[in-house]
Amino acid sequence: MNLKKKVMSMTSLAVGMTMMGVLFAGCGGNDAANSNEIKIGANFELTGGVANYGSQALNGIKLAIKQANDAGGVNGKKINLIVADNKSEASEAANATTKLISNDKVKVVLGPATTSNMLATTQIATDNKIPVIAPTGTNPKITVGEDGKVKPFIFRSCFIDPLQGEVMAGFAAKTLNAKTAAIYVDSSSDYSKSLAEVFTKQFEAAGGKVLLQEAFLQKDQDFKSTLTKIKAENPDVIFIPAYYEEVGKIVKQARELGITAPLLGTDGWDDAKLAEIAGAAPLNNTFFSSHYSIQDSDENVKKFIEAYKAEYKQEPSVFAALGYDAGMMLIDAIKRAGSDDPEKIRKALEETKDLQVGTGVITIDKNHDPIKSAVVLEMKDGQKIFKQKINPTKE
Amino acid sequence: MEFLEQLIQQLINGISLGSIYALIALGYTMVYGIIKLINFAHGDIYMIGAYAGFFATANLGLPFVPALIVSMVVAGLIGMLIERMAYRPLRHAPKIAVLITAIGISLLLEYGGMLLFTPQPRTFPNVLESVTYHMGPFVVNSQQIIILVVSVILMVILTYVVQKTIIGKAMRAVSFDTDAAQLMGIDVDRIISATFGIGSALAAAAGVLVGIYYNSIDPLMGIMPGLKAFVAAVLGGIGIIPGAMAGGVILGVIEALVSGFISSTFRDAAAFAILIIILLFKPSGLFGKNVREKV
Repeated sequence: MNLKKKVMSMTSLAVGMTMMGVLFAGCGGNDAANSNEIKIGANFELTGGVANYGSQALNGIKLAIKQANDAGGVNGKKINLIVADNKSEASEAANATTKLISNDKVKVVLGPATTSNMLATTQIATDNKIPVIAPTGTNPKITVGEDGKVKPFIFRSCFIDPLQGEVMAGFAAKTLNAKTAAIYVDSSSDYSKSLAEVFTKQFEAAGGKVLLQEAFLQKDQDFKSTLTKIKAENPDVIFIPAYYEEVGKIVKQARELGITAPLLGTDGWDDAKLAEIAGAAPLNNTFFSSHYSIQDSDENVKKFIEAYKAEYKQEPSVFAALGYDAGMMLIDAIKRAGSDDPEKIRKALEETKDLQVGTGVITIDKNHDPIKSAVVLEMKDGQKIFKQKINPTKE
Repeated sequence: MEFLEQLIQQLINGISLGSIYALIALGYTMVYGIIKLINFAHGDIYMIGAYAGFFATANLGLPFVPALIVSMVVAGLIGMLIERMAYRPLRHAPKIAVLITAIGISLLLEYGGMLLFTPQPRTFPNVLESVTYHMGPFVVNSQQIIILVVSVILMVILTYVVQKTIIGKAMRAVSFDTDAAQLMGIDVDRIISATFGIGSALAAAAGVLVGIYYNSIDPLMGIMPGLKAFVAAVLGGIGIIPGAMAGGVILGVIEALVSGFISSTFRDAAAFAILIIILLFKPSGLFGKNVREKV
């Protein structure tokens, strides 16, 4: 008897809860239809292997949105940022974008941060006709498919790998007068391999010779055997297009083995951890390309750095700066679209022109990539020194 | 550089890498020897040890040797705790259940570590001065020498403990025949617990040495070295202590030679090809005797 009663009350409770749930869900639905907020999804690596990148990019985006909301919102509406964590995995990245679009009904998605995770989401966004901005993915395949066609709903707010490869090959051949090079690539990353390809092509076009290409894997600790082999070939420069964690160890071990040649890299090097891992002295005579320099004298860059410091009490990393750029680019597009209709936002994004963002001025080209300058930085006693700014040549 | 010079440099590289593998492989082999369990969480104990060493140096400001000891004690206790909580309740369960539990513990430590320590890599404070010695064309780093010396000292101590002490005698007895050992009045649970403790402490020492030498640790650092050490243990003959030491060094040297003279892309393939070849042709390992299955 007692038990029966208990079951009864449990059932009614469950029914009651379900009804309440329906009621609330209904509410949510109405809210989205005629609300005074614009829903934007953010799909980032907040946990997992590259959580460092994802969370910093998200910080940048949050700052851009906070500034817009504090200034009264966009078109009179507040921006509501809905964040999803993709755990640094491609399959989870696809799930997160699906969830943002179908459950949370967002109008635009920002992220993920890395190329592989980004690539996993582009088809879903295209199918749902929701524009996506890749804030930090530098692989050309993100915006242009294998068939050579531009993906209509996919945009990016940072430069692409070929530009970095070109910049560093040119820097090696012209500024450093290098005749021979060795390449040491991270064979577990598309980013690294595509950069190695471009570098080889450009460096050989400039009259140089790539003596050998060696490979390592993410999370490797010991690089001495391969470095011993590279040392025996005695190249003028060594190009290491990889991420700072492995690069730090490579630089340290290369110097220990007595390799004094300049070491060259790309934006994956640009993290404060690099100097911690490698040590200040081994990093002397290393150069890498990046998106912006904290020493840039440009007023707008300075303004962004100040605002970021005030908000987070630290200097913005490259990922944070690029996240901020993506946020700015989106806010500008929504303003010009005058609505939160995904198709109108898409069109506005396509027409982005001479927009001032955190790291410079961008104009979107026909491939949905921004035309944007790159900088070359030199490491000196553990500090990044602004070496040169290279403006885009194409188009 | 001449071929011979390069060969010797690669041997130096290989031996310092191999002594790390050997330290980790010892834990695998001891645990396998005593309860026939491949403890897949062992690589992650190595990671825990590295973090314990990191906090001991960075937060408590301890110098190298005390930090090494603190880390070995902490990891030893955690190893014993894992055995008590996760493996002992399954002592009479099918082997596969324990194996799957070991994988579960491994994932728990990896992602628990990510939650606690954050996924960002940490760098060790400068507790050991790094001096590079140039001997003719060869380059040796003082930290490489310390890795080798510490590994050898620990292996000598381990051999002494296993061969000359009461607890070592009991370990060998349990490994030889658990039931008979129990009948002779040996507290088997206590011995298994001690084995986990010692094995984990050795892995922790490897973790601290790696942390200081390569100067970067992260919660997933244990996966690859764990697998490589497993290969090393099988190569030497799993369950045999000198086998694990030799297996580790041989594996390190093979990896160095493959990346130095063939191609760095084949390095890991070579390591795991060795595992397959050993399992096909001499499953008992280099130091193993072909014994008939006990009935």
